[in-house]
Amino acid sequence: MTPLLELHDLTKAFFGIAAVKGVSLSVHAGETLGLIGQNGAGKSTLMNLVGGVVHADSGQMVFNEKPYSPRKPGDAQRLGIAFIHQELNLFTNLTIAENIFISDFPRGGFPGTFDRARIKQQTRELLQSVGLDIAPDTPVDRISPGERQLVEIARALHQDASLIIFDEPTTSLTARETERLFAIMTQLKAQGKGLIYISHILGDVRRLADRVAVMRDGELVALEAAADFPISRMISLMVGRSIEQLYPSRTSTPGDKVLLDVNDVRAAGIVEDISFQLHKGEVLGLFGLMGSGRSELARMIFGVDRYDSGTIRVEGEPLNTPSPRASIRSKIAFVTENRREEGLLMGIDIANNISLVSLPQFARTLLQIVDQQQMHETASDTATLLQLKSGDIRQQPVKALSGGNQQKVVIAKWLLSRPSVFIMDEPTRGIDVGAKYEIYSIIDRLAGEGSGVLIISSELEELTGMCDRILVMSRGEIVGEFARADFDRERILSAAFREQHQALPENA
Amino acid sequence: MTSVYEHLGPNQRLVRQTRADSGRNSAFRRLLRQFLLSDYFVLYLTLIMFFTSAYFFPTLSTPGNVANQLQNMWPLLAVAIGQTFVLILGGIDLSVGATMGFTSVIGAVLMAQTLDPAFFDKSPLWGNLMRPEGGLLAGSALAVPIGVLVMLLTGTFIGFLNGFAITRFKMAPFMVTLVTSTFFAAFALWLTQSRNISGLPEAFVELGKGDIISIYLGPKLTPEIARRDILQFVTYPFVIAVGLAIAAQFLLSRTVFGRQMFSIGTNRVTSDISGIPSQSVIIRVYMFSGFCAAVASILYSARLAIGQPSLGGGNLLLDIIGAAVIGGTSLFGGKGSVRGTFFGVAFFVLLLNILNAMRLDPFVIDAVKGGFILIAALLDVTRSRFINREQRA
Repeated sequence: MTPLLELHDLTKAFFGIAAVKGVSLSVHAGETLGLIGQNGAGKSTLMNLVGGVVHADSGQMVFNEKPYSPRKPGDAQRLGIAFIHQELNLFTNLTIAENIFISDFPRGGFPGTFDRARIKQQTRELLQSVGLDIAPDTPVDRISPGERQLVEIARALHQDASLIIFDEPTTSLTARETERLFAIMTQLKAQGKGLIYISHILGDVRRLADRVAVMRDGELVALEAAADFPISRMISLMVGRSIEQLYPSRTSTPGDKVLLDVNDVRAAGIVEDISFQLHKGEVLGLFGLMGSGRSELARMIFGVDRYDSGTIRVEGEPLNTPSPRASIRSKIAFVTENRREEGLLMGIDIANNISLVSLPQFARTLLQIVDQQQMHETASDTATLLQLKSGDIRQQPVKALSGGNQQKVVIAKWLLSRPSVFIMDEPTRGIDVGAKYEIYSIIDRLAGEGSGVLIISSELEELTGMCDRILVMSRGEIVGEFARADFDRERILSAAFREQHQALPENA
Repeated sequence: MTSVYEHLGPNQRLVRQTRADSGRNSAFRRLLRQFLLSDYFVLYLTLIMFFTSAYFFPTLSTPGNVANQLQNMWPLLAVAIGQTFVLILGGIDLSVGATMGFTSVIGAVLMAQTLDPAFFDKSPLWGNLMRPEGGLLAGSALAVPIGVLVMLLTGTFIGFLNGFAITRFKMAPFMVTLVTSTFFAAFALWLTQSRNISGLPEAFVELGKGDIISIYLGPKLTPEIARRDILQFVTYPFVIAVGLAIAAQFLLSRTVFGRQMFSIGTNRVTSDISGIPSQSVIIRVYMFSGFCAAVASILYSARLAIGQPSLGGGNLLLDIIGAAVIGGTSLFGGKGSVRGTFFGVAFFVLLLNILNAMRLDPFVIDAVKGGFILIAALLDVTRSRFINREQRA
């Protein structure tokens, strides 16, 4: 059978570093190809080549038996290649129908108008085919992320795509929405579409894909049938070594000294009577579902958002006028959950990102002249310390780094201010297995050197793997506290869901 | 899996063909990219334009014209530097024109040596600050230093009002500066009843034309060289504007303040969380813009030897923002340099000179200027696309 898409010896380099090296690959109609690899392994670049977002330095592509060299994303779309991204590409202010027909509104009877009735009818049919029972004129901002994903698929169907590429589609979906998406994907496959599925969740990849392609450092290192491809081997191929454990063993134990003391903090409707202490050398986990108030609490502690009452002390000193500046002076660091929007200056070089918080450290004379040499030395020392993989830190912008390395830049930025309290909100979100391990090791080292680390996460696994103690939040309150010895997945989860009754230890 | 070449025989040539094309194409693209991305792109463009047009209009390259055009550059450069700072921050300052007119009037009211009652007896200041024997400082030995100082403070203060309203009330810079612009332009007209104030002290007028290095090209025929034959190159305005430019470039590229400006212009949220004192940086940048407008106002007023309420009116704002944008400053913030603005100003002054040499209608001149700003904006987008394509991983 002729493949739907063939890639021949594709190569693409950025800043002289090859992102994709001689990759040859094919996808057949009616097949799901799983594509896995660590962040920075070249998956996204490979898909950007297919999508016409970037252009290959060498190599050819063949799509539907014709040579295929898209100059721009529109070319790929016109020929029938659709992308379903993790960040959704819908206009939230428009209706579902308008989003689906955005590029080709059918003309109405009067010049300059479009045929509302027709697009509504066609949208209804498309939505039915993806199992979505919503009115076509519902604005997109009123539907859930999972439903939006299905709308994107409906749009791909409308554009008559024969190859659909799913890039981390389940990151923002609930378990049920994920199941529904998988059912639709199976259905699309049965209809003879070719699918490429990119994900860090290897269990899903193994379940959905017929064949799995593994990329590492820009190269295709394996392409095998999913049926006899154990996950452990996928991981070792991805990282290039076998990983016995996902978490480093903790090397330090918490001390007695209280670094952060949060006392009765409340903000109406968001958090209620929050009290806890973070000790020297401790890694404290804060677990909660989305909307439990965990991120909001972190923002209040750091002084980004206001709270109504309560006190927060750092090493005994109260934070009287909460603001990020005051928190930084009190030696708190805050790794936010959205590193692109809140943690980094994406278009600016790595060195300037790393020195951002501590700029005054490098100021000389009354004119506040930046000591460039010292700044670059310090930034580059810190980058080395965190094993940042990058080009010249004075030239390369942060947006050219992989997710894991971007997160290292955020951590490096805070390290320069020598904080005693680290607040990390979802520190490993969107980061691959290998880089996660490195971030965990950094966290362990921070605690070992006497900092207190508060990790907020919705991944219970990583909290039980890394923390000395876990606090559970639900609907704005701390509803449970577990010491490392009593970590129990079931009990922590049920506390988060508030299914537990009085038996719960309420000693938060 | 069969190879593509086995069943795609006839197409094989096509594939090779496309590759050869793209090879030739990419050499050209590389060259184009180098040209477009160069920091000196606008300078090259200005030089090319100068030599090409000098061929058609020989008057352009006469020393007299060159000296004259240089003198046109300095006040525009001063005010464009302030605008560059505001644009880097991601803001915009529409009030610089009105600031220039208002400070010009304030300075003239203080320093004027005589005031004609026939012109000014309806002014609200008549009888107290404005009298027939001149302004408040008339006759004082310190009239010029104090007058200049007050002008600078006035401009800086208007900038402070802008910055304060933008940071404190979280209003859009466009809105705030449009309001201050309207207010101070009208205020200047009301104070003077739309009349220019003449009779400024000689020491002040000297600021606008005083020369330090001048040259005379030509044979010495008479013992005295006529004033108009002496070409002024290094003048007070030259020293003031270039000094301001060097200081601004230093501030921008070497100091903590400069880094913080770029940081805020790139991403305000990240900057706030990283402890950058955004509010104070923003206020200081608008104050600097007002200060630069006051410097330009001093240079213009001294050159014209009048206090002119409509000084920064007309299309001057277009020239200022246009020069900055042509010099590579982005209207989206986070990008720009004083050097670029310097080239942008040179480009604009030369463009105007050429259009005048072509004896075009003033309306056509404005239309062409607008067209060039459009081209500059398009080039900016193209440059960003080249850079983005490089950086995408």
